[in-house]
Amino acid sequence: MSRIFNALKLNKDDNVAVALRTIKAGEDLSIQGETATIKVMVDIPFGHKIATDLIQKDGKIIKYGECMGISTEEIEPGYHVHVFNVRGLKEDERLSALQEVRLP
Amino acid sequence: MKTFEGYRRTNGSIGVRNHVITINTVGELAGLTKKLAQMVPGVIPVAHQAGKAQYPEDLEQTIRTLKGTAGHPNVSAALFLGMGEDDPAEEIVEMLKEEGHHVHAITFQKDKTISEVLIEGKQWLEEALERSRSQQKESADITELIIGLECGGSDAWSGITANPAIGACSDSVVRDGGTSILAETTEAIGAEHILAGRAVDYEVREKFLKIVKDYEERIKETGEDIRSANPTPGNMAGGLTTLEEKSLGCIKKGGSSTLMEVIAYAEKPTKKGFVFMDTPGYDVESVAGLAAGGAQIVLFSTGKGSPTGSPIVPVIKIGTNPKLYEIMSEHIDVNAGKIIEGLNTIEEIGEEIYTKVMEAANGKLTAAEHHKNQEFAIWRLAQTM
Repeated sequence: MSRIFNALKLNKDDNVAVALRTIKAGEDLSIQGETATIKVMVDIPFGHKIATDLIQKDGKIIKYGECMGISTEEIEPGYHVHVFNVRGLKEDERLSALQEVRLP
Repeated sequence: MKTFEGYRRTNGSIGVRNHVITINTVGELAGLTKKLAQMVPGVIPVAHQAGKAQYPEDLEQTIRTLKGTAGHPNVSAALFLGMGEDDPAEEIVEMLKEEGHHVHAITFQKDKTISEVLIEGKQWLEEALERSRSQQKESADITELIIGLECGGSDAWSGITANPAIGACSDSVVRDGGTSILAETTEAIGAEHILAGRAVDYEVREKFLKIVKDYEERIKETGEDIRSANPTPGNMAGGLTTLEEKSLGCIKKGGSSTLMEVIAYAEKPTKKGFVFMDTPGYDVESVAGLAAGGAQIVLFSTGKGSPTGSPIVPVIKIGTNPKLYEIMSEHIDVNAGKIIEGLNTIEEIGEEIYTKVMEAANGKLTAAEHHKNQEFAIWRLAQTM
């Protein structure tokens, strides 16, 4: 097995990475294509997300380079990002996100 | 410029296969359609249950799908079986003949026995098959290729491995001047503002938002609410947090190209580049719609090994995880599970998929074709009357 990393970022602008296997607290997070290592603070099941940047309360969760949710509390790097600290967008937030996009 | 050898049709389109098919206009003839195909080895049956007791909008959609299927560039010849005086078989055949297609209709009336119909059909099919074998290939390039993008039997890895890799391939096809069609309107619910934000102009943006809204309304009429039901507890256990995230994982099959056009089910795109087709999430109906709309090849990601194929287009299966490839490798053409193992990047698997697309365009059989998986069903909006 030539696995040399345990997480993947879907887009360079993302502030979360996806665990490619279950990662235990205390392990180093190694992301494909990146050199910086982050200490994993809690157990992260495979397929779940882990913060790679400090995410402020009410901050955007970026995956695939897109906003996939809003944080409900401050999330520090190395912590699990899931339903207990993230909510989906409200209807007016979706609409305003669309209004922000300028047509070519 | 990527090129391939295909079959040039009279109307100018290019096929990557040279199929002779039998196809019924009404469900009552599904059995005979299969029987007739069995009588002439090499002929593919396109049998289905639609065509009778349908609301006008559904009947129109059924006819558009049948016409798109029989007039598909991958089809060398098509024999329609119809029944009764108001059957659309003759009308569809006349329209297709005007476009230069080699087609024929046999309509069951009171004055014909079943054995007479079978004899007439068998003779026509044998001649059509012989004719197809004498057709020569000629060179075509990627700008004439349309690929459809689909998923079925998704798992927690779909949005991480196979779908983004298909997206990378789609972006490459579009960059090279080809066309890719993303489908499955239901899967875009929750991320529609993101895809709409990639529209080329206001009109395309509004049309996309409208088909998503209309679909959601139809589902609500049945008492279901996609927004509040998703992500499901199973999705959450797999790591999906919000509906946006789930939908993004699906629409990422479309990469990040500009959305040029939004088309109806089984409708042909008029633009090149990245296009969206209004289809249901049910893979068999969605693949049939993509094919009827002119896609010559369909890319299909699966986490659970859905064997769905098509009677007329090569379906390329992209497996999402290593375990699936280990167990069901005979069903899978590309193992995107290598991304999880760290063996390849998303971009590399995207290139591997693109290579498979060109191989399939040049005639190499896909796993679904090899196994003769030839599913076909037409999307219906309303109840049967």
